[in-house]
Amino acid sequence: MSGNIQLLSDTLAAARAEGRSALMAYLPAGFPTVDGGIEAIKAALDGGADVVEVGLPHSDPVLDGPVIQTADDIALRGGVKIADVMRTVKEAHAATGKPILVMTYWNPIDRYGVERFTAELAEAGGAGCILPDLPVQESALWREHAEKHGLATVFVVAPSSKDERLAQITAAGSGFVYAASLMGVTGTRESVGAQAQDLVERTRATGTDLPVCVGLGVSNAEQAAEVAGFADGVIVGSAFVKCMLDAPDDAAGVEAVRALAGDLAKGVRGQA
Amino acid sequence: MPSDFFIPDPEGQVPSPEGYFGAFGGKFIPEALVAAVDEVAVEYDKAKHDPEFARELDDLLVNYTGRPSSLTEVPRFAAEAGGARIFLKREDLNHTGSHKINNVLGQALLTKRMGKTRVIAETGAGQHGVATATACALFGLDCTIYMGEIDTQRQALNVARMRMLGAEVIAVKSGSRTLKDAINEAFRDWVANVDRTHYLFGTVAGPHPFPAMVRDFHRVIGVEARRQLLERAGRLPDAAVACVGGGSNAIGLFHAFIPDTDVRLIGCEPAGHGVETGEHAATLTAGEPGILHGSRSYVLQDEEGQITEPYSISAGLDYPGIGPEHSYLKDSGRGEYRAVTDDAAMQALRLLSRTEGIIPAIESAHALAGALEVGRELGKDGLIVVNLSGRGDKDMDTAARYFGLYDTDAAVAADEAGTGAEIEGDAK
Repeated sequence: MSGNIQLLSDTLAAARAEGRSALMAYLPAGFPTVDGGIEAIKAALDGGADVVEVGLPHSDPVLDGPVIQTADDIALRGGVKIADVMRTVKEAHAATGKPILVMTYWNPIDRYGVERFTAELAEAGGAGCILPDLPVQESALWREHAEKHGLATVFVVAPSSKDERLAQITAAGSGFVYAASLMGVTGTRESVGAQAQDLVERTRATGTDLPVCVGLGVSNAEQAAEVAGFADGVIVGSAFVKCMLDAPDDAAGVEAVRALAGDLAKGVRGQA
Repeated sequence: MPSDFFIPDPEGQVPSPEGYFGAFGGKFIPEALVAAVDEVAVEYDKAKHDPEFARELDDLLVNYTGRPSSLTEVPRFAAEAGGARIFLKREDLNHTGSHKINNVLGQALLTKRMGKTRVIAETGAGQHGVATATACALFGLDCTIYMGEIDTQRQALNVARMRMLGAEVIAVKSGSRTLKDAINEAFRDWVANVDRTHYLFGTVAGPHPFPAMVRDFHRVIGVEARRQLLERAGRLPDAAVACVGGGSNAIGLFHAFIPDTDVRLIGCEPAGHGVETGEHAATLTAGEPGILHGSRSYVLQDEEGQITEPYSISAGLDYPGIGPEHSYLKDSGRGEYRAVTDDAAMQALRLLSRTEGIIPAIESAHALAGALEVGRELGKDGLIVVNLSGRGDKDMDTAARYFGLYDTDAAVAADEAGTGAEIEGDAK
């Protein structure tokens, strides 16, 4: 069975045809439990997210701030396994028909086996992967297997990326390009700086056809509307995780996720 | 290049231009750090070929650090090692008390060349943190040190030293609250502040060029030891022995001996309570290849690639990774790695203290315990050089508790029981 890279591309193209940005939500698998995580992800999609990135929790999340570290820690202490991540992808996709990606660090996949991981992710209906600590020059093996199984390889670009690197990355990537809005780890921020727009423009200037989606720091509808003004997609992670962490119980957390997705969906349509 | 103490690896050897030592190494870093890591590589390459850089670094190594470090023969200690001759390379006598200063001064000069004004570093035992704080005081750089919360407790003296030197010390409360987590936190800081900040990485791990660059700054250890042994013993040693956490002091000692194929290179990993108990940090003995902190190397991990929590009585060796060049030396067979328990290391610490009047760091005591074993294997004609990578002052609280040396608690209780604190210690 082939993965859903085409569904991802179609979803982003449809948003563009509507004259808006796509909304992408990030939530870790296994947080607060495997089933609870699936409910939260389905709520994000029901609430208005076009795409979900499922986090595969890692013991050493060097690119994540305290919010996602806390969630990963809860998931790992709960014993989350890669099989649970695959089930999360499968159920979220089956229930909504929307594209689901996995976001994780490279070591879990390297250890699990690239062929095994890509085959299982495609089988689960996954659309691709974001691997922020796998730079393009180390990615040949991954891309070979991802392509074979119909999965997107989404690379991250950063404000510090030089133009020749942007060209190299957009040439190797597929699905979309993840533009980090600022220099830093995941987490909510007061504002999304001007460097995000500059980075999106520099990425597009490579001549790539890939949509450019912006993540890091976006937490509310106003910010989503601002980013939607210049990007093809808006990625929100820590704000969704906080909905679950701050809620008095899981059911309330799931409803908060649904409500936030609704707000952000308005934001990406310029209705903030 | 006419330099006596900055002696980088001659050109043309490992790593490859991409930073690979055989199958190990590379550069597994977030895109946000690519430009900064590339800048370090370019600047280091320029510095390596700049006689002015070598002159400046040599001057510091002689007049500030106190190089060359002594080579001390320890016959009373060696009497416990089957009669083999043992020499200690005295990196404990360097300014700040360990080998760490060699690398720190090199990278601090590089920081200045890059025009950066702030330095961050991780530390386990605090030796790298103290050395870094020292260099930052010397060069007028802002300094932030990340240290696992558990390590700030067991190495409280070094925390005070760093703060005295003007550094900010941040106790890291995530994960296992030890060295690995301090590195995670330092990476997070670097990603956010990379414009003005250099990450002064303390060991021969991390993304290329750090494993090769840090090795080059420590290479002087083995170059000096080799020359000193030829003068003093008239021949090369049968074995060069060092402790390995991340592996910087070991690679520093080993590297100059790599072409001398008759010299065994023996790294001593922390076995903690015993490798079989699961409470250890013996990465090469019990790990599998994986990616941690920017490079491929042996890693302590589970079957799904989650890093497992290491344990060692020694904060400086309590790390689930290892520099990629050590993985390469292991797999090629050129290096041998064995595991030494907490107890064996502590016994060696006391033995050296009592027989030679030298109190070693607990890290270095792992190498001493290994040398006793190797000496018994070699017999009375054996000749061993051990890297005494650090002094033990920082460890006196841990050692006093372990052996019951305080007047209160353990020692008093032992006295009352009529046994004596030493016997208490012996039983452990």
